[in-house]
Amino acid sequence: MEKTESGKFEGLTETDQAYLADLLKQLADDDYLLSFRSSEWLGLAPHIEEDVASASISQDMMGHAAMYYGLLGDIYGRDADDLAHFRGPADRRNSILTEKRNGEGEYLDVPKYDWAYHVVRNLYYNMHKKVKLVALKQSSSTPLRDVAAKAAMELYYHELHWRTWFIQLMNSSDDAKARMAAALEKVNGECADLFHLGKYSEDITRKGYIAPASEMKDSFRKEMEKVFDQTDSVFSFPDDQKENGRLGRHTEDLEHALELMSEVYGSVPYAKW
Amino acid sequence: MKAEKILDEELILSKLAEVKDPEIDTVSIVDLGMVYRVAAVDTSIKVTLLPTFSGCPALPIIEKNCAEALLELDGADSAEVEFTFSVPWTSDRVTEAGIRGLKEFGIAPPPEFIESDGSWHVDCPYCGSTFVTVENIFGPTACRSILYCRNCRNPFEAMKLVSSNMH
Ligand SMILES: [Zn+2]
Repeated sequence: MEKTESGKFEGLTETDQAYLADLLKQLADDDYLLSFRSSEWLGLAPHIEEDVASASISQDMMGHAAMYYGLLGDIYGRDADDLAHFRGPADRRNSILTEKRNGEGEYLDVPKYDWAYHVVRNLYYNMHKKVKLVALKQSSSTPLRDVAAKAAMELYYHELHWRTWFIQLMNSSDDAKARMAAALEKVNGECADLFHLGKYSEDITRKGYIAPASEMKDSFRKEMEKVFDQTDSVFSFPDDQKENGRLGRHTEDLEHALELMSEVYGSVPYAKW
Repeated sequence: MKAEKILDEELILSKLAEVKDPEIDTVSIVDLGMVYRVAAVDTSIKVTLLPTFSGCPALPIIEKNCAEALLELDGADSAEVEFTFSVPWTSDRVTEAGIRGLKEFGIAPPPEFIESDGSWHVDCPYCGSTFVTVENIFGPTACRSILYCRNCRNPFEAMKLVSSNMH
């Protein structure tokens, strides 16, 4: 990875650093996991242009994860690559939505992935990210504000992409509509923790690092209703679910992703990439 | 002993102008507006760059190429190159020379604005025609889109617009 400025969190108390670190893990792990899941679509997307688009978006998302891991590394005095690859499931703070498999089968075996799920998951995730980045651009933490401004410019194209897919498929054939309805139901069971801010949620918002979850959820609802207005469906968002990734409580799918993702890096950790 | 030469900003910038985009040899990192700050104390140079796209795999290559070029300067003993996000790179940082270099390579310079419906326009870098279609917003690299000219029938790429009022 390229070298970035360091020493950005000097002067912060240890407790403040712990609050920021937890928030950074949520942001970094989200992009890292969904970037990986999206990259598993490489070569499998519905058509060649989509393959290029999807891969490009995954690359941007990995860039966003790298910026957050860079900040986290600045707090911990650790290497960003190590923080990405060598943290176990219990230390991960990503939303359940970002870790789930793309469907049945394995990439290297017979992948039977679900494109409708990919579209719905990415619309929900990217819209949630858009709302979060708006809030982070007002953060009391300068490094967070800077990184959010950078990510927001790239996200513009991602959100437009998934919104276009979503609206088109929702208004397409009966087969497409049925698949999208099933995907919406699945995503509704996995996205409740998207706006959860983890074990320090009160401190994180009191410090002004990010807006309160309730405020962001309201903005999200408004944005999503505008999208759903262009379909025959009504937007709904779950209140709760069994697991909560923001508290380190994940599904088996996370272990599966981490194992695959870190296999090469872990095989020769001292190699120069 | 090396002859003493003052490492001033102008000298450093002219050296950085020799460092090309690893994929576009007609455009330098200065032309792309990537150079944010240069400083020299005695024989040490420090350069701060702005990444174009955050996930761009060319960044470590650019970092290395910059450091190597700077060490060629008379009187330079060390060269530190780092990236910052404190100012986001925007596509309006591409200079006039950068625009010429991109066109020469067959890449349309970034559009100046995006319409409220998300559409945007660039002209064909080969024939100048406005009769072009966007084939894919996402291209072979993070910073470029794929287009097609209906006049001269050439496919071409355009640099994406990146601005701070995109949301
Ligand atoms: Zn043309």
